[in-house]
Amino acid sequence: MNQDPLHGREATPNGRRLWYLLFVIPFVAMLLPQTYNGPTPSIAGLPFFYGYQLLWVVLTGLLTLAVYALTR
Amino acid sequence: MTVFVVLFLAVTLLGFWAARWNRGDLTVLSEWGLAGRRFGTIVSWFLLGGDLYTAYTFIAVPALVFGSGAIGFFAVPYTILIYPFAFVVLPRLWSVARARGYVTAADFAKGRFDSRGLGLAVAVTGILATMPYIALQLVGMQAVLQTLGFTGAGVFGHDTALVLAFAVLAVYTYRSGLRAPAAVAIVKDALIYITVIVALIVIPSSLGGFGHIFRTAEHALATAATPGSIYLSPKIMGVYATLALGSALALFFYPHAITGVFATKSQRVIRRNMAILPLYSLLLGFIALLGYMALAAGIHVHGNANLAVPLLFEKMFPQWFVGFAFAAILIGALVPAAIMSIAAANLFTRNIYREYFAPAADERQQAAVAKLVSLVVKLGALVFVVGIPLQFSLYLQTLGGIWILQTLPTIVGGLYTRRLHRSALLAGWLVGMVVGTYMAYTAGWKSTFVIGTGLAGYAGIWALIANLVVTGVLTIILNAAQVSNGKDETAPADYRAGDDAVALPSA
Repeated sequence: MNQDPLHGREATPNGRRLWYLLFVIPFVAMLLPQTYNGPTPSIAGLPFFYGYQLLWVVLTGLLTLAVYALTR
Repeated sequence: MTVFVVLFLAVTLLGFWAARWNRGDLTVLSEWGLAGRRFGTIVSWFLLGGDLYTAYTFIAVPALVFGSGAIGFFAVPYTILIYPFAFVVLPRLWSVARARGYVTAADFAKGRFDSRGLGLAVAVTGILATMPYIALQLVGMQAVLQTLGFTGAGVFGHDTALVLAFAVLAVYTYRSGLRAPAAVAIVKDALIYITVIVALIVIPSSLGGFGHIFRTAEHALATAATPGSIYLSPKIMGVYATLALGSALALFFYPHAITGVFATKSQRVIRRNMAILPLYSLLLGFIALLGYMALAAGIHVHGNANLAVPLLFEKMFPQWFVGFAFAAILIGALVPAAIMSIAAANLFTRNIYREYFAPAADERQQAAVAKLVSLVVKLGALVFVVGIPLQFSLYLQTLGGIWILQTLPTIVGGLYTRRLHRSALLAGWLVGMVVGTYMAYTAGWKSTFVIGTGLAGYAGIWALIANLVVTGVLTIILNAAQVSNGKDETAPADYRAGDDAVALPSA
């Protein structure tokens, strides 16, 4: 492991980087508005279009936390 | 009103105190401009949150929703997609910046590709894109001040109040550098969260619940002068997706975002923040819905949709809380404005002043120049806002987003490979800038451009595609012709610097 003071310890070991592929999921989910552009089913009292996107804010945050933990 | 003034004064004092926080030698650029690269997770969360979610965001997003409906909500998928992208890419940029003492993205472009041209291109793009953004923070402040009662021109007009607020900001930023907006961001974000949470508790129930709000909003939008809807029409789906994608790719390459990231103390802090910053996106989603609440509450904006949220608050909140909420928005403008002016100053100092006028300038001289430049930048923005019609700032802001996207091939490409040819990247950048600007111009300075008969999308994305194509083709040609690609001053290990890396002193 690289221990020189300029670079310190290696930040993310190579194999772990595959977990980054999980990030494709939010991109696919968000970039196809055709799939969520409607009123039903309503989420938390909001039309689906709105509830779905807000839900994805939370889901992506959790996904990022997971990838962070998996790639340390 | 009293609440408002008290909060503003408190924040001002905080700005001055910040010079003492985590003490460093503020006469040196890396301390003034990057707070010594020492911010941890929590402070960075406040700083980046305050940096990325600006007063303009809080005023303009609901304004768009108020005026046009669903399309305004693009801000949500936009902010969703930023973080995964930044999580993967930004720690690499941070690493090489730390290892080589880079203060700006342009420093990286120049060092990686041994190209002054690329460095200049990135710097100029950054400065040009930042200026209108600062101006728009002032616009957000104006909307608030106007509703607060500082109407018209003259001694007690909103322009005077604006100048005063800004003058105060300029002084404590001059003194404390990046620490000032970082400290103030903590207060600002707390105020904004409280305001929005209270708004969500108080407003929907007074308006008859979300179901009623959406129904009323739909009706109001359908019967408006330019009809809108709470759902997307088939024509604008492509626009929605490309706007979200393009804005997401661009955001972290704005100088003020890069400055915020470079100020952190480790890759881990950056990654952690990418996971917890989405909380602000949730906030933003609800702020966007305030636009519909304003419609449901029967707010009349007389042509200026930016007044939707201030007027809504004025109508629905008790007087004292109105002061609180307005202070939140106002302070919410000061933080990004300060960071943006510091970022622009860093760019000018390192990549224009030092590069072309004073190559031997040491860190102290750079700091002195940067401080001055940040004052000039703020003054410029003020003059702009007070003297020039709002529309113009909006056009420039639209262009700014398109322009920043054109630096992506250089920076993101440069982070992962050296095989792109520097001249190809420069040519690609130029093509992207021209194509993007032209598209915005022909579309009446709007951000959507229709290709052919019906492929409507964000001009920034079209321009980026053109940019990438040119870069790719020229790279192949130039590499085959064995045209020199300069000497890379970075080393592969620079990009993977661990959390205990030591910073090289900046040159």
